[in-house]
Amino acid sequence: MEKKAVRVAYGEALVKLGEKNDKVVVLDADLAAATMTNAFKKAYPDRFYDCGIAEANMVDMAAGMSTMGLIPFCSTFAVFAGRNYDQIRNGVCYPKFNVKFGFSHAGITLGEDGGSHQAIEDLALMRVLPGMTVFVPSDANECYQCVDAAAKIDGPVYIRTARLASPVYDPRPFTVGKGTVIKDGKDCVIFTCGIMLEHTLEAVDLLSQQGIDAALVSFHTLKPFDEELAREYTAKCKKVFTVEEHSIIGGLGDTVASAVIGHGVEKFMKIGINDVFGQSGKPADLLIEYGLTGTQIADKIKNNL
Amino acid sequence: MELQALKQKARAVRRDIITMTAKAGAGHPGGSLSCTDALVALYFEVMNVNPENEKDPNRDRFVLSKGHAAPALYGTLCERGYFGPEEFDKFRQLHGILQGHPDIKKCPGVDASTGSLGQGISIAVGMALGAKHTGNPCHVYTVIGDGESQEGLVWEASMAAAHYKLDNLTVILDHNGMQIDGTNDEVMSLGDIKAKALAFGYDVIEVEDGNDMQQVLDALKAPACPGKPRYILLNTLKGKGVSFMEGQVGWHGKAPNAEQAAQALKELEG
Repeated sequence: MEKKAVRVAYGEALVKLGEKNDKVVVLDADLAAATMTNAFKKAYPDRFYDCGIAEANMVDMAAGMSTMGLIPFCSTFAVFAGRNYDQIRNGVCYPKFNVKFGFSHAGITLGEDGGSHQAIEDLALMRVLPGMTVFVPSDANECYQCVDAAAKIDGPVYIRTARLASPVYDPRPFTVGKGTVIKDGKDCVIFTCGIMLEHTLEAVDLLSQQGIDAALVSFHTLKPFDEELAREYTAKCKKVFTVEEHSIIGGLGDTVASAVIGHGVEKFMKIGINDVFGQSGKPADLLIEYGLTGTQIADKIKNNL
Repeated sequence: MELQALKQKARAVRRDIITMTAKAGAGHPGGSLSCTDALVALYFEVMNVNPENEKDPNRDRFVLSKGHAAPALYGTLCERGYFGPEEFDKFRQLHGILQGHPDIKKCPGVDASTGSLGQGISIAVGMALGAKHTGNPCHVYTVIGDGESQEGLVWEASMAAAHYKLDNLTVILDHNGMQIDGTNDEVMSLGDIKAKALAFGYDVIEVEDGNDMQQVLDALKAPACPGKPRYILLNTLKGKGVSFMEGQVGWHGKAPNAEQAAQALKELEG
């Protein structure tokens, strides 16, 4: 199966968007070669603004540029969601300015750069901001859709992307705020987001081989969240597992929990980063270390049914 | 507008500042009074703005980066006709348009929501850059504080302003020398702020008395220096116009009581 990092798709999507919409400008903070906005820089040098290593200024400059009718996409590492938080909160979200954030290298699969660079809290930070739309594309095709959708939304949008190359699935229908049923099932339901789709798919196969019929639902939008779909599958399957490459505090797991509490939950378990920071290592080794491989996910589910 | 008329407007705005902070029992009179002359000069003489067409895309923009001086902005906007003085009664009150700090979504004439120090100047830089990008002829003005200049973001924004050659941007420093916990020098020295502004690539004009309307006008009307952002260093007096507030650190974030307000209003007559 073809593999492509979601961040690469982000860069490609910006170029395509730039063709269609001349209001789109891209800002980066000396990371264009990593966030993959260098493709946009090459295609539209007049619409690319390097802000230097000054992420806070990048966000507020984007806020100011949006007041002139432009649609700025700010690009940097997801770990700087924290560094930029006051600017994102007060500079962009409070006045509801039309600024997009394409933040890459999220989660532990960032790998070797280590815990200082592995954002495990960005979804929690973004989700709590009023008016913010939060996207977590699971693959390249979904990332194209998220970037297109972001440009059409009048207001702040956060797009979380990963560094690691991951499988590219056939394009699926996309509606902002709607989850996607990847596989139906009856014994339990797995809710996931982002590139953990690959590992939950593997877990579903392993469970199936052991006679457990698990449903799998993926959410490209964490906010606004598809509460209806989460409740429907909770009511149907009763046993709920969430899988994310993010802290189990404040991310997908808590989003699902808020939605499904009181809707027939018999078992609820959050699988993710257990309130610890990451560390250096190869992405594959880190997934094992933090218990996020398909085999480990399947085992946790089986043992907790 | 004639110089005398502008001075009269500045007195009216100062009375508004006293009236609304006294009524609310809260707010920041000291740093509002120090930048009043600059705001009046901008809105009545310098900026291309029209309250009848407040969303005109080509209007000049103003960002009050030191957002806690909101009473000065509200007084100026009211005197300029953006809303009526009845709004002063609801300053800092539930459902009021005059929030504790300027809110673009609530208050007519406000171009940016500010209050988190350092951000306003950065937003103004983005506006000026966006204006250049889109061919908008507007000029962007922002008033920053001296205490605010301790924020790193002020200098990130300044670097970008020079890098992108934003000669459509004017940064105005309200240098009253004081902040919440004391003088700038007691809290965190700014050093040679003029040299710093020059070193960051600004075209700098220093105004000896930033509360002298003529001097302020001369600086604001000086022709732009092509390819360079402008920095106007206004040496001002905290609490200007109210004898017992002038040069007093304690009036940074404290409202006058009824008796003090009455005295202040008497001093600001005419």
